[in-house]
Amino acid sequence: MMEQVRVVLDHAGDISPISSEEYLRIGGYQGLKKALEATETIIDTIKASGLRGRGGAGFPTGLKLSFTANTQADQKYIVCNADEGEPGTHKDRIIMVEIPHRLFEGMAIAAVAVGASQGYIYLRAEYPYVATILEQALADARRQGLIGSNIMGSGVDFDIQLFIGAGSYVCGEETALLDSMEGKRGEPRFKPPFPGVQGLWGRPTIINNVETLSNLPAIMVKGPKWFRSMGTERCPGTKLFTLCGNIAHPGVYEFPVGTTIRTLFEEVGGGCPRGKKLMAVQTGGASGNIIPASLLDTPMDIDACAEAGATFGAGDLMFMDEDSCLLDVLENLTEFFEEESCGKCTPCREGNTQLLRLIREFRNGTAQEGDLNLLLELSNVMRGGCLCGLGQSSPNPILSVLRFYPDLFVENSYRKGDLAYA
Amino acid sequence: MLNLVVDGQPVQVEKGSTILQACEKMGIEVPTLCYLKHLAPEGACRICAVEVQGVKNLQFACAALCSEGMEVTTMNERIAGFRRIVIELLLANHDADCFSCPAVGSCELYKLAMDYGIEKSRFKRTKKPRPKDETSEFFNYDPAKCILCRRCVRTCNEIQSNRTLSLRDRGVRTSVSLPFGKVFKDSSCVSCGNCVSACPTGALTTKASKHYRSWELTRTRTTCPYCGVGCQMDLLVKEGKVVGVEPADGPANPGILCVKGKFAYRFIGHPDRLKTPLIRKDGVLSPASWDQALDYVAEGIKRIKEESGPQAIAGFASARATNEDNYVFMKMMRAAIGTNNVDHCARL
Repeated sequence: MMEQVRVVLDHAGDISPISSEEYLRIGGYQGLKKALEATETIIDTIKASGLRGRGGAGFPTGLKLSFTANTQADQKYIVCNADEGEPGTHKDRIIMVEIPHRLFEGMAIAAVAVGASQGYIYLRAEYPYVATILEQALADARRQGLIGSNIMGSGVDFDIQLFIGAGSYVCGEETALLDSMEGKRGEPRFKPPFPGVQGLWGRPTIINNVETLSNLPAIMVKGPKWFRSMGTERCPGTKLFTLCGNIAHPGVYEFPVGTTIRTLFEEVGGGCPRGKKLMAVQTGGASGNIIPASLLDTPMDIDACAEAGATFGAGDLMFMDEDSCLLDVLENLTEFFEEESCGKCTPCREGNTQLLRLIREFRNGTAQEGDLNLLLELSNVMRGGCLCGLGQSSPNPILSVLRFYPDLFVENSYRKGDLAYA
Repeated sequence: MLNLVVDGQPVQVEKGSTILQACEKMGIEVPTLCYLKHLAPEGACRICAVEVQGVKNLQFACAALCSEGMEVTTMNERIAGFRRIVIELLLANHDADCFSCPAVGSCELYKLAMDYGIEKSRFKRTKKPRPKDETSEFFNYDPAKCILCRRCVRTCNEIQSNRTLSLRDRGVRTSVSLPFGKVFKDSSCVSCGNCVSACPTGALTTKASKHYRSWELTRTRTTCPYCGVGCQMDLLVKEGKVVGVEPADGPANPGILCVKGKFAYRFIGHPDRLKTPLIRKDGVLSPASWDQALDYVAEGIKRIKEESGPQAIAGFASARATNEDNYVFMKMMRAAIGTNNVDHCARL
């Protein structure tokens, strides 16, 4: 198999996830040390690296940090979004169970950059064993003076607390996550104000994905130029890709941004099991676009994906072989979003349930004239009009199937096995 | 101040104003459902969609803030199409039995459907509504008509601060709920009825509203007689009789009332209501004029003061009088009669 390019997962699995001593031995916490010595330059360094958020939105990390750094407040927070709820995404879990100290170090660097003294890791409820590891690793880091008060003897305080969610997909949305932490019903807030200015308990709050934060230590140590030597011009660095579905070697792999889906499918994942032919790939996660196998040469890069009609998202690839039925897939995905909609805004609450009903009509061969237009009209309204990313992106799989497989819905019938269009 | 252009017309608004406030200032109507003046804007129902030049997605007027040089369009084909879908989505899971609905004529969803030419939603019902709750003394709750604008929940929490109403479940199964799934009768509800006043549809309706239609009513703005706060309210009058009360937006009440102001109006036409003063003679109460009654009281006070001194007299004022009347009463007791024995019935 192709050699991985390990930045975030460097030494992951080689050392104890708990022991900060072992992490220090492989050069850990050197990025934090550098950050503490040159606080003013952290944000410029991160900006120069071109790092973009790895949770799906791809927002420039340095820019986000600068908003919060420039906001005056008596208290600021760093929240790590570890509510990894996107079906088919497991990358953050791997980081947290194999090398959590890199995450703590990244959080501390961000905290020093913006002047936050308290950090939280919002961990999804379905990862209880990850909580055990994180708690032990946090306790160890605190014992070693790496987090807590006076970190690394610098006079700076920064502690990290674990917060465990209650099992809701939408709480991965940053403002719903904050409401959930504040003890409220987990529902997205109207933006602006953005969390960077008014976040947790009304204070400026940096919310970043586990993978994004875990990139910061290496950027601090090796510099932006080195970071830019990997990945693409507009999205440098590596990415953790989760390969799942009909693939011989499912798993989480780290490769430079811009690696093609074909490389990941053939050389990393080993193709479909049992010699089956690939039909389609869902890119970016459960709310990402589904593309046909003919687009396999698309590089996994934010811009290239957008251009080709794929989704970069959180770097997930779900492979579907020739036996898959796309209407089944769409039904399954839409069921998920219908279940997980928080119910706050009309287009998502009422829209997902209607999408599901319409998809089922097509799947059962009972769709009426006009249903296809209605599906399209509703999908477009949701994409532009829902309050948060859940409703805005849940029609993506449907719209991409409508684009790449226009006959599928027109056929208006469900005949398993007949739908291998690739 | 900020300068912006709405539908081609320039307007100046204060910093921090929403697009909706700018539109209101110009007399441009933008439909709203989840918006209520005194509630924090949620921007959740999405009916107030407008276009802002240079911004790809539609913006939501009730919560989006104005900025310098902003150019807003409040109506075009895209906006109308978007609003139409929102209305159709709401109608799909809304019991449209408008003929028997107490909210007929005042229903905001009905008006929107009419305004946007929607006779029937192209979407179908996808949820089974929760059962009705008719246990309150004063109002009914029919979840089948609820459009989840949450005006009731937010009024209960943000303005009334009673925190009885909240939401349960999520997605399309979300419903307005009382703690621990209780019914109104067994809950912490104080029957202030402000949730009912806030409801845009027939989901929360007063029990009395079955007996009138909104177009049969005349409204009279008045001050609530129950206490000295001076809440403003509208009496709903049908054929010369008060059949209901709705809170108005007054200096002392942000569109809310208490249980007495909202529901205790039936004394107005009640046969037991006293219409003249009564004087007790030989154990029997008999009607008297105000002059007779006041003379009787004045003489009595004078006599007791002469016989036993001012400390033998106490004054007890009514909470239903205004603050000014109570003040004057206190002055009368202390200055004219000469006693500090004065109290008030506000011991609720």
